[in-house]
Amino acid sequence: MADLTTDFLGIQSPNPFWLASAPPTDKEYNVRRAFEAGWGGVVWKTLGAEGPPVVNVNGPRYGAIYGADRRLLGLNNIELITDRPLEVNLEEMARVKADYPDRALIASIMVPCEEQAWKDILPRVEETNADGIELNFGCPHGMAERGMGSAVGQVPEYIEMVVRWCKQYYQRPVIVKLTPNITDIRKPAQAAKNGGADAVSLINTINSITSVNLDAMSPEPMIDGKGTHGGYCGPAVKPIAMNMVAEIARDPATRGMPISGIGGITTWRDAAEFMALGCGNVQVCTAAMTYGFKIVAEMKSGLSQWMDEKGYASTADFVGRAVPNVTDWQYLNLNYIAKAKIDQDKCISCGRCYAACEDTSHQAIAMSADRTFTVIDEECVACNLCVDVCPVQDCISMEQLPSGRTDPRTGKLVLDDYANWTTHPNNPGAVAAE
Amino acid sequence: MTSPTAPGIAAGRIAAEQIAAGFADLHAPLAPHEVNVAADRCYFCYDAPCVTACPTSIDIPLFIRQIATGTPEAAARTIFESNILGGMCARVCPTEDLCEGACVREAAEGKPVEIGRLQRHATDTLMAQQGHPFTRAPETGKRVAVVGAGPAGLSCAHRLAMLGHAVTMYDAKAKPGGLNEYGIAAYKSTNGFAQREVDWLMGIGGITLETGKALGGDLSLDALAEDFDAVFLGVGLGGVNALGIAGDDREGVANAVDFIGELRQSADLGSLPVGRNVVVIGGGMTAVDAAVQSKLLGAENVTIAYRRGREAMGASRYEQDLAASHGVRLMFNVQPHFVHDGGINLEYTTDDGDGLKGTGETVTLPADQVFRAIGQTLTTDGGLTVEGRKIKVSGAGRTTRDGVWAGGDCALGGDDLTVTAVAQGRDAAMDIHAALTGA
Repeated sequence: MADLTTDFLGIQSPNPFWLASAPPTDKEYNVRRAFEAGWGGVVWKTLGAEGPPVVNVNGPRYGAIYGADRRLLGLNNIELITDRPLEVNLEEMARVKADYPDRALIASIMVPCEEQAWKDILPRVEETNADGIELNFGCPHGMAERGMGSAVGQVPEYIEMVVRWCKQYYQRPVIVKLTPNITDIRKPAQAAKNGGADAVSLINTINSITSVNLDAMSPEPMIDGKGTHGGYCGPAVKPIAMNMVAEIARDPATRGMPISGIGGITTWRDAAEFMALGCGNVQVCTAAMTYGFKIVAEMKSGLSQWMDEKGYASTADFVGRAVPNVTDWQYLNLNYIAKAKIDQDKCISCGRCYAACEDTSHQAIAMSADRTFTVIDEECVACNLCVDVCPVQDCISMEQLPSGRTDPRTGKLVLDDYANWTTHPNNPGAVAAE
Repeated sequence: MTSPTAPGIAAGRIAAEQIAAGFADLHAPLAPHEVNVAADRCYFCYDAPCVTACPTSIDIPLFIRQIATGTPEAAARTIFESNILGGMCARVCPTEDLCEGACVREAAEGKPVEIGRLQRHATDTLMAQQGHPFTRAPETGKRVAVVGAGPAGLSCAHRLAMLGHAVTMYDAKAKPGGLNEYGIAAYKSTNGFAQREVDWLMGIGGITLETGKALGGDLSLDALAEDFDAVFLGVGLGGVNALGIAGDDREGVANAVDFIGELRQSADLGSLPVGRNVVVIGGGMTAVDAAVQSKLLGAENVTIAYRRGREAMGASRYEQDLAASHGVRLMFNVQPHFVHDGGINLEYTTDDGDGLKGTGETVTLPADQVFRAIGQTLTTDGGLTVEGRKIKVSGAGRTTRDGVWAGGDCALGGDDLTVTAVAQGRDAAMDIHAALTGA
């Protein structure tokens, strides 16, 4: 049984699965249930400045995108930061941390971009014995209109400024939660690092309208006939999140900076993928909101089994292992040549590969009268679309042409040396190979 | 109340509630969420095998996608454009041998997409709404006689009427519908669906129905050919093959189709008599329908005796299992030998590749009631050329006589399925239309 104990910024937790700052971590009751269920840590739902708390809408806060059998693929929310008084949250955090000293407890904070506001709240958070803070520079709805959340996260200078204040007035680790609603995710990450942040966490939710009510002609969720953009999360955002994580992990300016991965993590495998891309731990929200806290049991057992199978003794053994293999398009090996191959024993003759290839790609699949589908190597560019649309797992595979063979499509010999676009004769900016 | 073990043929062997429960819808309609789950399973295959397997070539992937996207009415139109009796076919088609048997998920997992039940969902949805989904083309002034208001005739009449022709549809029975009304197990067509479907179909307009008129009786083909621009015969098979054995004419020996028809027309199933021991001779759908319904009426012992092996049985494996699950005993490789008082003697058979032969070994089963279900025969051919005991047709149902078409069970090439009859009626209508208008 692999040891899932994780050290993130010196904060120990029994496993790398934390609950993200969100409705599941809004109060003591939920967090205690989460810890009892086995979560390694929580990021307490975002605290605001002292005084009358924010108010939420009294209509629907969430919208959803479904797959088959109403499987929730994407969730959108317009909920604001905690709508409970600051002192109540702080008291509860202190009590919970005292009762669960082995679990990570992080306070998420969002106050105005004024030094005094941070100076006021940080000592009070420190008194709770929370293990660190996470700066909510991500929420794209509601609070952004008031100059907070993603409105800060979209301006690297603000990020750096606020992080400096935090490092000045708070002694424990500072994590900066980034918004994906920005063109280049590396810039806010660099700003966080320049300000002295200990880590970044990402992604926060993506600006979105999940659906339109075609009777009322209003976006959903609809409040009295109107809707607003909300923050999108859940399995649908995972690919976007992973790319942003990888960009930060491989950026020379931020390489090595700890990352807490967030974005559609639903299973142990999702978590392992984020961690392979450089995340020291992961944060989960939508999966818990969909299925309840018990899912962490599968995440723990699955990650542990996989680590045993791979011989990883601790999570640190595989964190970042995939980062060196994330590269730019121009460095991909153009001498690598593959062809699709259909396993006729597995094929159920649905013909989706044929429709996809014939209608939308390279006319590289032949269909016989008895519905046998075969790849035409002379046409196949190995685009992988047939693999992607095939309903049968492992029925179609991409097989590499060994060097020395001739590619029937181009009539050229397959070479075993590496050659990429930077040296390709068709590239007007090509540099001579050295 | 009579008990299941009461001797002879008697009514009310089991409680009315038990009878009612037994005769309830065999395939209950899908609940809304079940619809979504079932529709989501369709892979939207290219040149889909299910469509090829459907005698009416319904665009199944398209209608399922229309259901999945919340437009069952559009799905129903897709179905009805190919098969105007899509509602009944959703209930009675042996889908396990047709669309669902060809479904790639049957190949992949042994669990096909539930095409039949999805089709029922779509057609039920549209039929529950007001009005008829199709409109007639302007009157062409052409008149067509359709003889037989069964699946073939109804399909033909509807298509012709839609194309603007005036149709007079005749049927020998008191009610239209043919085997849909008289020849299918009650649990496959509940709540008067067959008549509701005919009424709905007639909503296209342009069809006049005259019941109680049979070819060879009030109607002659010569007169029809004289009076109308074209004639379509969908008269079915009115006769039942005799067993050809001693005792075939004894009391208690009856035609399975008559038993089924009587049952379908009965307003009180508890008053319908059934034997304590019932033996059904045959191996097709009709045999299963008669056997299962006998059991549901309260017969103690019901046996289907079929002269060949299971693999040769006309009834699908699903139907065989349905019979078995109701407690019907399936006997294979036995042929009727003679019927005697209170029983039937069966002889075992063998087929050494040189035709079926009796082995000489016999077995006697107690039998108060024996049903003949060994096939039906043409009772009237209108003087047309007959081949293989059916009206000879070529192309889209053209008989050897000019201006006369035929389809359904009475015509050559049909395989005694509702859905095949619908296809033949429809295709004949298109051919008649082309012949009448030069289109």
